[in-house]
Amino acid sequence: MRPEGNLQSKVARRIAPQSKENELRIILPARENAVRRGLKSIKNGLGPIGFSYDELASLELVLAEILNNIVEHAYRDNEAGIIEIQMSQTTDGLWCTIIDTGAMMPNGEPPLGMQCDLNCDVADLPEGGFGWFLIRELAHDLEYTHEEGQNRLSFRMSIGRLN
Amino acid sequence: MKLNHQDFEDVRVVCVDENRIDAACAIQFKDEMRGLSEAGPSRIILDLGNVEFLDSSGLGAVVAALKAVRHGQRLELAALHPTVQRVFHLTRMDTVFTIHDSVSTAVEGVANAS
Repeated sequence: MRPEGNLQSKVARRIAPQSKENELRIILPARENAVRRGLKSIKNGLGPIGFSYDELASLELVLAEILNNIVEHAYRDNEAGIIEIQMSQTTDGLWCTIIDTGAMMPNGEPPLGMQCDLNCDVADLPEGGFGWFLIRELAHDLEYTHEEGQNRLSFRMSIGRLN
Repeated sequence: MKLNHQDFEDVRVVCVDENRIDAACAIQFKDEMRGLSEAGPSRIILDLGNVEFLDSSGLGAVVAALKAVRHGQRLELAALHPTVQRVFHLTRMDTVFTIHDSVSTAVEGVANAS
């Protein structure tokens, strides 16, 4: 069964944007500094409505990894890329959908994000490849589609559940 | 990216005067750390007490700083926020670095057995 949050967001795409209760929608340019500002807005928006410091820290980390990947990879050759973030608070937690029109993920799938092997000399330690591991550790029900030139990544964070 | 440093006998404490090490500043952090360790004593302590957010790019930059120290030189971490500690723990990088609870225990050389 598809999560309710996704269905709602599909509908929202076809009609004029409107603010609904328990939903947040943010559109930002695909640049590192805009990602920083967007993350700050999201934290400032969710903090007062009952999300704890730890919950917001998990969300910020997952969003930062996904958004920076879009800036660095999907929009690698496009300075004018746009990212849309939709969030919906439900009894299951916070559903998030991230939409961009940049390049498709390699092989059409989000990377597996395996734990890096650290059993090596310091000189051989990995300096990257942690991002998707962290996303998959902290996010649930991850789904990715690439349709009509649009990447949609949706997932659930088990934070801020509605009663 | 602002890094302040203070030298004690055999120890240089580098304090990150920013509240985040993320994709927007990771390269700058890496370059500045390299300069500070190149010209530094045998032990460098990185004070992360102000850093409330570290993403995978920031983690990569801290790992790069560790790899950049010269032979016989050590880079240790101190005063990690719980959110930053968690990134080290999830990626198991807490098994690679010596992590101290505070800068003062680090300077005294009492390693936290984490």
